[in-house]
Amino acid sequence: MVSFIVRRLISGVVVLFVVSSLTFFMLYFSATSVARNILGESATQAQVHLKEIELGLDQPLFSRYFDWLGGALSGNFGVSWFNSQPVVESIVGRLPTTLSIVLVTIVIAAVLATLFGVAAAVRRGWVDRLLQIVSIGASAIPQFVVAIVLVTVFAIGLQLLPATGYVPLTDNVGGWLASITLPIIALAIGAVASTAQQVRSAVITVLSRDYVRTLRSRGLAPREILFRHVLRGAAPAGLTVLSLQFIGMLGGVVVLEQIFALPGLGFLALQSTTQGDMPVLMGVVVYIVIIVVVVNLLVDLAVGWLNPKARVS
Amino acid sequence: MTETLAETPQPEAAVRTGVFRRLLKNPLGLTALIILGIVVLTGIFGPVIAPFDPNKADLVNALAGPGTDGHLLGTDSAGRDVFSRLLVGAQSTLLAAALAAVVALLIGLPTGLLAGYFGGKFDSVASWCTNVLMSLPAIIILLAASAALGRSVWISMTVFGVLMSPGMFRLTRTSVQAVRNELYVDAARVAGLSTASIIGKHILFVVRAPLIIQTSIVCGIAIAIQAALEFLGLGDPLTPTWGVMLNEGFINIYGSPILAVWPGLAISLTVGSFVVLGNALRDALEDAPKFKRTKPIQLTPPRTESVQAVDLAAADHLLSVSRLGVGYPQQGGATKVVVADVSFHVDRGEVLGIVGESGSGKSQTAFSILGLLPDEAEILGGSISFDGIPLVSAGGNRLSQGRLSELRGKRIAYIPQEPMSNLDPNFTIGYQLVRPLTRVLGLSKAEATARALELLTIVGITNPQRTFDAYPHEVSGGMAQRVLIAGAVSCNPDLLIADEPTTALDVTVQAEVLDLLRDLQARFNMGVVLVTHNFGVVADLCDRVVVMQNGRVVESGDVRTILRAPREQYTRTLLGAMLEGKTPMSTLTVTEPAPVFDAPVKVGL
Amino acid sequence: MNASTSDQTGPGGLLRVDNLIVEYPGTGFRAKPFRALDDVSIHIGAGKTLGLVGESGSGKTTLGRALLGLAPVSGGTIRFDNEDISQASRSKRRALSRDLQVVFQDPYTSLNPSMTVGDILSEPLTVQGKSRSDARRRVREVLDQVGLPQDAIGRMPREFSGGQRQRVAIARALALSPKLIVCDEPVSALDLTTQARVLDLFLQIQRDTGVSYLFVSHDLDVVRHISHRVAVMYRGEIVEQGPAGQVTTTPEHPYTQRLLLASPVPDPDRQEQRRDNRRRLLDEQRAHDIQAGVAA
Repeated sequence: MVSFIVRRLISGVVVLFVVSSLTFFMLYFSATSVARNILGESATQAQVHLKEIELGLDQPLFSRYFDWLGGALSGNFGVSWFNSQPVVESIVGRLPTTLSIVLVTIVIAAVLATLFGVAAAVRRGWVDRLLQIVSIGASAIPQFVVAIVLVTVFAIGLQLLPATGYVPLTDNVGGWLASITLPIIALAIGAVASTAQQVRSAVITVLSRDYVRTLRSRGLAPREILFRHVLRGAAPAGLTVLSLQFIGMLGGVVVLEQIFALPGLGFLALQSTTQGDMPVLMGVVVYIVIIVVVVNLLVDLAVGWLNPKARVS
Repeated sequence: MTETLAETPQPEAAVRTGVFRRLLKNPLGLTALIILGIVVLTGIFGPVIAPFDPNKADLVNALAGPGTDGHLLGTDSAGRDVFSRLLVGAQSTLLAAALAAVVALLIGLPTGLLAGYFGGKFDSVASWCTNVLMSLPAIIILLAASAALGRSVWISMTVFGVLMSPGMFRLTRTSVQAVRNELYVDAARVAGLSTASIIGKHILFVVRAPLIIQTSIVCGIAIAIQAALEFLGLGDPLTPTWGVMLNEGFINIYGSPILAVWPGLAISLTVGSFVVLGNALRDALEDAPKFKRTKPIQLTPPRTESVQAVDLAAADHLLSVSRLGVGYPQQGGATKVVVADVSFHVDRGEVLGIVGESGSGKSQTAFSILGLLPDEAEILGGSISFDGIPLVSAGGNRLSQGRLSELRGKRIAYIPQEPMSNLDPNFTIGYQLVRPLTRVLGLSKAEATARALELLTIVGITNPQRTFDAYPHEVSGGMAQRVLIAGAVSCNPDLLIADEPTTALDVTVQAEVLDLLRDLQARFNMGVVLVTHNFGVVADLCDRVVVMQNGRVVESGDVRTILRAPREQYTRTLLGAMLEGKTPMSTLTVTEPAPVFDAPVKVGL
Repeated sequence: MNASTSDQTGPGGLLRVDNLIVEYPGTGFRAKPFRALDDVSIHIGAGKTLGLVGESGSGKTTLGRALLGLAPVSGGTIRFDNEDISQASRSKRRALSRDLQVVFQDPYTSLNPSMTVGDILSEPLTVQGKSRSDARRRVREVLDQVGLPQDAIGRMPREFSGGQRQRVAIARALALSPKLIVCDEPVSALDLTTQARVLDLFLQIQRDTGVSYLFVSHDLDVVRHISHRVAVMYRGEIVEQGPAGQVTTTPEHPYTQRLLLASPVPDPDRQEQRRDNRRRLLDEQRAHDIQAGVAA
């Protein structure tokens, strides 16, 4: 088990390194006219040149890369090209918004998807058909269209919930909940639908296994077999889908934070993209990859814990 | 496996048109096809039929309502005609989706084929890259790409195609891996086919269907992503696209919410149609009918009338099965009968063998006694009684699960055929032995553990503690079968149902397990129902024998009578096919019967 | 292997395998390779059958696959028709497939479900450059030979039962009139009565065409019935080989003796006797092993 964890950790670090390096070269290779963008059309050539030196754009790409890497390893991702705020500071300030939305959504998705998926697999019949139709419908409508509909109906039309803005959890729990409810619904609909589908088919597969019949022959109650043996057998498939959903959500929040005007990581990502603020964008990518690597590691560990065979391979 | 034609002939072409017809029959699939058809036509002819120049601003007429001045759907905040913009937007939407799908296919298909077929280093590297690509949030990468490479729908869709290629790669790779070790691929290699023709002839075929489905779904996602990027303002503002229009509508959401409706609807319908089409295709492929049998064996099974009279006689036996019928309802109201009019009994301490070839209904009979038939199965008639307790419910067509659950694992036990697949791979062997002892028999955990270790010793396992702690994949097949036998006898059952308990084992292990079963049977004085196709196993263990064919009892009687002087021709044929004692290289069958194509279809699963 | 030299079919035999070693790379980092076959030597004469018997994992299937070029040969030689084929290239294999064919165990996966029987049977012929019409004619002949009706050509494998599919597989092997067919457990997935008919077919074909078989099976009775000579495999090695009658009725090697007595006979009283013999044998062998252990 220890070597299993170590191998996964090393693999995660390699992924992080490769992705951030590739992103760095892609972003900085093309960052040529940044100085003029920052200073505006009225700036003189000399001013632009000075700015380029200030940003380090006159240095060769590789030496800038090693500078960045050295900084990154010590937790310093540089400062924004536009407002000179340290990158880490602005990211850490925005993480709670994004994480509250994504984490709450994933928990909701896990619970609902398990409930619906198991119900459809065990009951079959109309419950199953209903889940099929609803989940196809739910996964067919793009997330941001759902979000716009939600804003229009619940915020602008019925005025039940705020259309925009974020209230930190530490300020006011009620306000926090109200501010993240609509984004969570928009994210959760698709996630619940596709995860429930996976749970359903995994449970059906495990239910048809020979050992389930043998366990029944041993006199164990159907409930015990379902909750101990079948769910455990089906869990790895569900967890894998959830981790993919989680990754998708980290992208999805970019659009949602725009629609709901939430000051999160996605908002920052979009802002730095439109501005060409490479250090900030770079920082956002690295943070998101770190989150993904950690989540994948946790999922691998969970699968290894659930399934003794996975520990070996 | 009787030599009869199992299904009616049906040419391959019919199967394929069948898929398409099933797709059209599915209302969702048909709707999706129609919508996509309209979108494609719009994509081709949109620029021609658009009533206005989609980019012509007319500030006087800004935000006009639908219907004013010939603007079918009104105008936007710059006074441009919404309907025309909608029509023109279809083209770039479809082309962009196609680009993403093509890029994903071009990368995913060849790499998947190579990785799946050859495996090795290339496979490890490609799979690793795939895992990395899959763990990147698409939109974030697209943001970075648009920051670095510029805002063009073609660039972002190419990048998106790369991000979607892992799906294609994995699908191809798993399909190829599934067939590459099929024996028909080996046969092609033996025939000397080149790798390219093996892939072209035998492998590409398998990948086709799943890739079409995946392509449809990728197109849908690509359109959604593309619209999202344009909505975020990362598209080309001069091209009229649905995403740009939605953005425009969202900006005016307070003043003129109707503006967001049209592009929103167009995007949702198109994306939805692709996703629904993918699902409908999958259903159409999966629902391919399992080739209807030419004629059902029996449409109206005989119901047993005088059940009570039989039950009186049953009281003396440990198990009494009388005129049992089991069937599976088919589409169209017919019932496939797998067990018909089967009667036998087992006394305490007696071993009854049920012998037959595949499809004879012997296993179905055994599962009826245990109440472990699949949910779809129906009891068509007759009765089963165990120690005087009737197991078929009064209504007649279901087993009484209430009474059976009082007996299973307490007085009736079961030994399955495949040792490995009958142990839960996620729990230790010890857990799987202890749990029923505590839950069903009410032992304490310590008592149950001691008892489980004792049982493992009884079934001849030399190091019980190690087996107790092991997971199923850590023990051999023979050992696993001993564990299952230990589990079965752990409740001191009165009746043991063993379904081909030695078929999956090597001969030397089979001999040991047979010895074990004989010892345990004598030790616990159990009644045993032993289902097998092997007359040697029958001779080794059984006191009496029931011979079954096509769901019916052919003959039954004392083991010596049946094996030495069978009355029925079928039993004689079966025994005649045994090789033991035959002159080597002599002809075994009297006349070689030409395979009969219109012979009665076989019964069974 | 001691008795094997006396009954050789001579150096001109059809197939001669000497000191064959097959190793699979180990799974995991720097794992030791797994040796599936260790120093295996067999030979088959023209028109003869060598039965290869052993339990699961003994390496009997690997030996068949090594002959066909489907398993990696890491040592030793395989001489077929006086030519070393142990490292044959793909083009050499194509030429070889005229004389060396195969029938696999599972008739459900050995036929491509998406091809018609006609296409399946003509595949080996067209690979050899036969014209379409020649191929069709030959397909009709072999269908006759295996007792399948002519209209099978246009049908799909799934329309046939297990026994019929195995006939199709045999027909495919026969299409090129090979000299040797490797039969890998060809009857073990079949019911008893079907097995009898398929065995009859194998024998009939050998009488008619003079083909040789390497007949791999786990069932000593099957091997005794169909073989001229029998080799017994145990843990990747051949522990005993010789004339079929001798090896399958009065075996010399302790493992073959155990194998023989483990297989139950279809009569309660004779089986009881066999059971007692087996127990006695096991006790003797155990005592012998202990003695050997003490002596060592």
